[in-house]
Amino acid sequence: MTDAPRTHCELAIVGGGPAGLAAAALAAELGVETILFDEQPTPGGQIYRNIEANSRKHDALSNILGADYAKGLALVERFRRSGAAYEPLSAVWQISAAGKLGVSQKGRAYLTRAGRVILATGAMERPVPIPGWTLPGVMGAGAAQTLMKASGLVPEEPTVIAGSGPLAYLVALQVMKAGAPLSAVIDTSQKGLFETGFAALPVLSGFGRDLLKGLSWMAALRKARIPVFSGRNLAVEGISRVEAVSFETRGKRQRLPASLLLLHEGVVPNNQITASLRCRHVWDTAQMAWRPWTDEWGATSTELVAVAGDGAGISGARAAAHRGRLAALDAACRIGRISRAERDERALPERRHLQREARFRAFLDSTYRPTEAVRRLADEAIACRCEEVTAGELRAFVAEGFTDINQLKSFSRCGMGQCQGRMCGGTVARVLAQSLETDIETVGYYRLRLPVKPLPVAQLAELGNAERDLRPSPMGVDGDPSQRV
Amino acid sequence: MFRRLRTDDLTTTIFFDGRPLRCRPGDSVAAALLAAGIERFRTTPVSGTDRMPHCMIGNCFDCLVEIDGQADQQACLVPVREGSQVRSQLGTGRFDAA
Repeated sequence: MTDAPRTHCELAIVGGGPAGLAAAALAAELGVETILFDEQPTPGGQIYRNIEANSRKHDALSNILGADYAKGLALVERFRRSGAAYEPLSAVWQISAAGKLGVSQKGRAYLTRAGRVILATGAMERPVPIPGWTLPGVMGAGAAQTLMKASGLVPEEPTVIAGSGPLAYLVALQVMKAGAPLSAVIDTSQKGLFETGFAALPVLSGFGRDLLKGLSWMAALRKARIPVFSGRNLAVEGISRVEAVSFETRGKRQRLPASLLLLHEGVVPNNQITASLRCRHVWDTAQMAWRPWTDEWGATSTELVAVAGDGAGISGARAAAHRGRLAALDAACRIGRISRAERDERALPERRHLQREARFRAFLDSTYRPTEAVRRLADEAIACRCEEVTAGELRAFVAEGFTDINQLKSFSRCGMGQCQGRMCGGTVARVLAQSLETDIETVGYYRLRLPVKPLPVAQLAELGNAERDLRPSPMGVDGDPSQRV
Repeated sequence: MFRRLRTDDLTTTIFFDGRPLRCRPGDSVAAALLAAGIERFRTTPVSGTDRMPHCMIGNCFDCLVEIDGQADQQACLVPVREGSQVRSQLGTGRFDAA
């Protein structure tokens, strides 16, 4: 960190998880003047959150977080050695198509111009809009894991984990290892891991370790006699906070008391910046999420901007580092530090790893279809947490003829609150698509406005007039109906 | 709702609605509040119901609090600072605070 903010750089990277760290380290090693901006105080992203401090001590937490987490340290160390500049605790609130970044740091805003931008903004947990999910005591499973990694906090009251996907089970195991009172796991995935796991064995040769790891988590739960239910149609019960969760299992409704309910239906790309840039996006039917269209180097439809890691489609932490390096090689080539031939040759080992990872990802995608994320929302379920708009209210708007997603946004206020649609965008599109009996591609996504992170007006006012260029450039309008002007 | 695995490194003090909370340097304000058993970070501007953090990574904005006079701060993204005065944010928050 320097005192005077830099006014330009060759390469700006947004996000300090595996993709951003790997991209920044390699770019800097190739002689590219690189700055990595990250919202967090320390490098690692969410997956390797607080890895440096947690690696220095060997205590109960190291054992709970496990060996896969510990592997993140190598990425951070290479980044620290690389000479890339590092700007932690920095919110990037705009990126223009011309490569101008708006950054807010230590209570002040500034603009910096980058020759190229790699977005490594990663993923977020898919919101799980079940009735009662706004009550205190209901969090994402990933949120609880973040508390463990960042601050060594573990649940101390009866906890239920409900959802689908490897992270739900990993968090269950970690909560259990921490000695927390885990009451039950409610598995909402369509098929059991055993059925699909064994059916998939032929395509999974070489992934025995990963598969065994998943099975060992389930075996550990069974050994500890933690009940695992197969559940659907979840609802949170409680008046001022969560008291219980109810769900359908084997045709009847069951109720489990809970003080802490951790939900998880997989993760989705964090697209806020590419959507605000109006990059072309594609709907990923396997992952049930929008992702920015990219070429084989991560370049988007916006000339200066690339995306690496889970932000370009979920492929996991291991793949993210390889994708980060591909984007860095392409950046170094475009900036003129390496030849096209060198870029292509250095890319080969990264691509080999990625092909391997892609097979396992296809298995995960088909096993953990987020069922709670596709079924019809209950009318009383809150779709938009900020403006407190229910699915039923949305349906009434649609019935009145508000059938365009941005029209629906204006009239219902969904997506106009503090989170700027991060939590409701997918849900509103889903309610609209189901009401119109059409698909998500047809419905599209919100038109996002700058700044993409809330910014005090005072900070904006302190920017010089000459620097104020906040208008996004309309481009890359093909392929995504949300981009209709 | 949460407990700390270690309590030997709580060397920083912040205040929540005037009450002192011991926390670890490097904690986010949200982690410090949750470790102290606080569930009401804010009330919503629309219905006035209580909210506590949901995502912990800056997406949900349910952890909004007032920190040292500045409203609308994401408690999950702001590290604790010795002596910080944190207040729960009621409704839209106080805009005359600073």
